[in-house]
Amino acid sequence: MTIINPTGVTVLDPTAEGRPAGRDLTARVDSLTGLTVGLLDISKPRGNVFLDRLQEHLIRLGAGVERYTKPTFAKPAPVDLRHEIATTCDAVIEALAD
Amino acid sequence: MRARYGATGAESHLKSRHVQIASLEDEAEAMFDRGWTDGLPVVAPTEARVRRMLEGTTRNPADLVTVVPPDLVECTVEKVAVNAVMAGCRPEYLPVVLAALEAVCTDEFNMHGVLATTMSVGPVLVVSGPIADEIGMNHGINVLGHGNRANSTIGRAVQLVIRNIGGGAPGGIDRATLGHMGKQGFCFAEDQAGSPWTSLAEQHGFGAGQNTVTAFAGDGPHLVMDQKSRSAESLTRSLADSLLGTISSRVVMGMDAMLVLSPEHMARYRDAGWDRARFTEELSSHLTVDADTIIAGAGGIDEGLPSDFAGMSLPKFRPGGLLVVHAGGPAGLFSAIIGGWVNGQTGSDPVTKEITQ
Repeated sequence: MTIINPTGVTVLDPTAEGRPAGRDLTARVDSLTGLTVGLLDISKPRGNVFLDRLQEHLIRLGAGVERYTKPTFAKPAPVDLRHEIATTCDAVIEALAD
Repeated sequence: MRARYGATGAESHLKSRHVQIASLEDEAEAMFDRGWTDGLPVVAPTEARVRRMLEGTTRNPADLVTVVPPDLVECTVEKVAVNAVMAGCRPEYLPVVLAALEAVCTDEFNMHGVLATTMSVGPVLVVSGPIADEIGMNHGINVLGHGNRANSTIGRAVQLVIRNIGGGAPGGIDRATLGHMGKQGFCFAEDQAGSPWTSLAEQHGFGAGQNTVTAFAGDGPHLVMDQKSRSAESLTRSLADSLLGTISSRVVMGMDAMLVLSPEHMARYRDAGWDRARFTEELSSHLTVDADTIIAGAGGIDEGLPSDFAGMSLPKFRPGGLLVVHAGGPAGLFSAIIGGWVNGQTGSDPVTKEITQ
């Protein structure tokens, strides 16, 4: 076999040398009955139309629904909004649309 | 080596993890395999090369430059130097790369959003001040194209840092539907000496002699042809006519743009004695849109404004939303439009930073 790199070049790692701390996903729920589901509208056009339909289905399944809206789809949700959803809801559905 | 490449800065201690490429491996292939590249080959960032790169700045390798989106990772001068080596930069470009990163990693520029959007934008970097000539940047022929090392590698180094440090890679957080080749690195210099106008940096509050870099979230350049206008008035109307279609003729106020005015087009304004303020005022007067023509459904097109805007006259761009830069080769009656992205609080604002050594 041809030795392409006979000296074994050593390079400096260009990355951050680590990944963001991993976070486990919350366990999947078996049933939505009696649970509170957050519906997060990211403020894209017609996201509300999609969420309105989801809300109808969720209520039919016995879930409670809380609606939330991001100030802009172009930026991550503010930390306070994320905290409110996390402390109020058992599950969350984020709606992308266009 | 020292005479040819400069000092290697052996006195400082580098903290980056050393990765040994096996003797049977091709280092270029090994770096592709590790996901460190933008799709083009990179220069292997050996310690000697990184040390030479660090000679381009007086800053300590351990200094924090910025916190890089989207993963919000702290980035040191050393890590920028590693990526600048990979991009093909010379040490004297490093201060520009550092300032450009400080610009794009601000809340105002919103690099996370610029990555995550399905629109095509990426950082467009405009260098102003004497450093552009000192490091051999191009502001002339093929200014928005390839062929100049500084132009080609400074923007690339910034994008490699966003990818390798910030974690913003295409297909991951970068969700562009189409993208454009300038996302490989889009950097050019303003032609200040050849312009009768104040510079882009001066528009953003800096002095004409200051070295700065302005970051703009921009699309690929779009040529504007006008070979017949011989008066400033005609050319201004012609440019406005093309600018009205930026992104979409149905988009007004919500997105910025950059106009790269070429020397032969600038000659019309020099001859007429128009300064930047006069040009901006006259151009703005031709960039007003009758809302009735762009309301959803008008002309059989569903895209458009809500009907609430009926009867209004609306400006194509918000105040200050059109950045004008003088650059390009000496011959050719063309200019270029670089479309932007969502502007202001909900998107990205242009950011200018001073370049320091």
